[in-house]
Amino acid sequence: MTDTLTSREDTHELLRFATAGSVDDGKSTLIGRLLFDSKALFDDQWDAVEAVSAGRGDEYTDLALLTDGLRSEREQGITIDVAYRYFSTPERKFIIADTPGHIQYTRNMVTGASTADLALILVDARKGLVEQSRRHAFLCSLLRVPHMVLCVNKMDLVDYDEAVFKRIENEFSAFATKLEVPDLTVIPVSALKGDNVVNRSENMPWFQGPSLLHHLEKVHIASDRNLVDVRFPVQHVIRPHSSDNHDFRGYAGQVASGVMKPGDEVMVLPSGFTSRIASIETADGPLEEAFPPLSVTVRLEDELDVSRGDMLCRPGNQARVSQDIEAMVCWMDEARPLKLRGKYAVKHTTSDVRAIVKDVQYQLDINTLHRDETATELGLNEIGRVTLRTTKPLLCDDYRRNRSTGGFIIIDEADNRTVGAGIIV
Amino acid sequence: MSDYRISHIAALEAEAIFIFREVAATCQRPVLLFSGGKDSIVMLHLAQKAFAPAPIPFPVMHVDTGQNFAEVIDYRDRRVAEAGVQLIVASVQDAIDRGMVTEPPDGTRNRIQTPVLLEAAEKYQFDALFGGARRDEEKARAKERVFSFRDDFGQWDPKNQRPELWNLYNGRVHPGEQIRVFPLSNWTELDVWRYIGSEDIPLPEVYFSAEREVVDRGGMLYAVNEFIKPREGEETFFEKVRYRTVGDANLTAGVRSDATTIDEIIAEVEVTRITERGATRGDDKTSEAAMEDRKREGYF
Ligand SMILES: Nc1nc2c(ncn2[C@@H]2O[C@H](COP(=O)(O)OP(=O)(O)OP(=O)(O)O)[C@@H](O)[C@H]2O)c(=O)[nH]1
Ligand SMILES: [Mg+2]
Repeated sequence: MTDTLTSREDTHELLRFATAGSVDDGKSTLIGRLLFDSKALFDDQWDAVEAVSAGRGDEYTDLALLTDGLRSEREQGITIDVAYRYFSTPERKFIIADTPGHIQYTRNMVTGASTADLALILVDARKGLVEQSRRHAFLCSLLRVPHMVLCVNKMDLVDYDEAVFKRIENEFSAFATKLEVPDLTVIPVSALKGDNVVNRSENMPWFQGPSLLHHLEKVHIASDRNLVDVRFPVQHVIRPHSSDNHDFRGYAGQVASGVMKPGDEVMVLPSGFTSRIASIETADGPLEEAFPPLSVTVRLEDELDVSRGDMLCRPGNQARVSQDIEAMVCWMDEARPLKLRGKYAVKHTTSDVRAIVKDVQYQLDINTLHRDETATELGLNEIGRVTLRTTKPLLCDDYRRNRSTGGFIIIDEADNRTVGAGIIV
Repeated sequence: MSDYRISHIAALEAEAIFIFREVAATCQRPVLLFSGGKDSIVMLHLAQKAFAPAPIPFPVMHVDTGQNFAEVIDYRDRRVAEAGVQLIVASVQDAIDRGMVTEPPDGTRNRIQTPVLLEAAEKYQFDALFGGARRDEEKARAKERVFSFRDDFGQWDPKNQRPELWNLYNGRVHPGEQIRVFPLSNWTELDVWRYIGSEDIPLPEVYFSAEREVVDRGGMLYAVNEFIKPREGEETFFEKVRYRTVGDANLTAGVRSDATTIDEIIAEVEVTRITERGATRGDDKTSEAAMEDRKREGYF
């Protein structure tokens, strides 16, 4: 039974990482270099990129073309939306999200960073930190991406000067102390030339740290998951109407956090009724325990009224049940700002509710982290703290404690677009 | 198991099952596109696992160009019957006969599939269409969301996609609009083969190597069949080939291979230096942005 899950070959750990940083700081080039030097490219992918680059008259093959695959991206020479790339080394599997630096596309950077275990923030050595580097670093810390790597890029253009590196390292570290950055590593690189990307650089003997790839392979991520708080948002009720399975009634969902076992006492929120787990089913047979990120079907010993949007947890460790939500919101809509008393749809775990903005407490200045308490709305790419009142209670935790039950999205009810990201505080 | 870790493939399966259930629970009329190719075979398998022991709560649809490998169609019908799902066939031939689309002079029906797909989606009022596309397949696909919004005309706007945070998928649409849903977004070709191997999923024989009569066109080996006949001056010869992807029988080339089992295929895929589309698909060759253009028009 449980063995089928572990015995499948390839038990490599998976690391998801996202690039971040200002436009033209070399994010896509760095990903191209990483793929190229670790021999993760297919011949025909490389040939196609070489041909496009040669056709444009580039002096050298533009590695950014490996991820900048859209027509407009190639015309404008910038990244517009996230590109996902997949590669593995003998150590690990990687999912890369190469995100855009342009401020107009911040929402796409947020998309890529929301699921990342690690953020790779690039800074151009010649320019140092700019507003967009700060904005992205702030967003990564807000999204609680657990690991951060600052790559001081284009070291080839500053003669691989240690003093330049140190200055940027210090400046960033000072900024990072104002944010919550649990784990920061700083590496000087040249994405274009390959220094310290896959191979240690000969041009920077003063740098004793690992190459970027080495760090990505070794950074410890296993303890990032929450295995303590049982949270099981019910997605779908499975009730086959067939004679073989007449009495089957199971609650399907993906374990958000914690470990569940048959026999465990559970409480159903928001109703507060309790029961015990009768069994944890999968198509491959029952499991002895379920933990994130498994998708399972839970059966309870008692007939309770449980439906989509409800949550199973332990009676002694419950999610908060609340209609008054305090959250940091990142606004992503260019058409209309978030407004005081504005009404929106909210999706949180498996539950869909409506919400009204009761208060805009402040808007945050990204450079100084100063709070503007006179703000009454949030425009595109602005971040602020708001209070929402929802039509039905959310079954939630602070985002810092639980990424799965602490995040929500805000949807415009008129055009159905996703217009905001919320982080419960 | 004690450290609560699961394999990469098991994590991908869990994610795909989550996506299937999310759509079933929130969309009005979902449909699974099923062609009998390996990715759609894996999709059907995952859909069964997502709702077991209940049956799959939506139909499957094949946009049938009429240019199929006969054996793949047999496989399709067998699998659909086994799974107990309803099969809808949207026929390109029928659309040509009705004058809804015109067959291009070169006889390739790939592009004219799109209006047929959109017509069927409208007729049955499907608001969510599951596709087996993967981001590792092609550079435009690498940019696409798991829940990918299409407007009234079925068009994809790559410069204006909905943000997609965490696993909070936004499947809301107005009537006439749709979401294309890609549960295999994060799978690679190798993941698909390994999954087929570990789950023991039967495949049509075309995926396994055999002596086949082929013609060489621009370095690609096309098996002679109902749709591919040697042209003037072309020599046919026998070669051991298998298919890495199965599209239209007149467009899909085989690759030289000795692999006759899944394990042998996995061993070959592990060391291959060419992407599956690069190796096998005549339809992507037209231009650098061929896929992006087709997707904008509503193609899968
Ligand atoms: N000399 C030098 N040039 C670099 C280096 N890295 C990137 N570049 C150049 O900087 C320019 C921008 O690189 P990209 O990789 O497209 O930058 P990006 O950060 O992905 O930009 P956006 O995605 O649009 O935000 C290109 O011309 C690169 O060749 C480097 O290490 N050294
Ligand atoms: Mg870029």
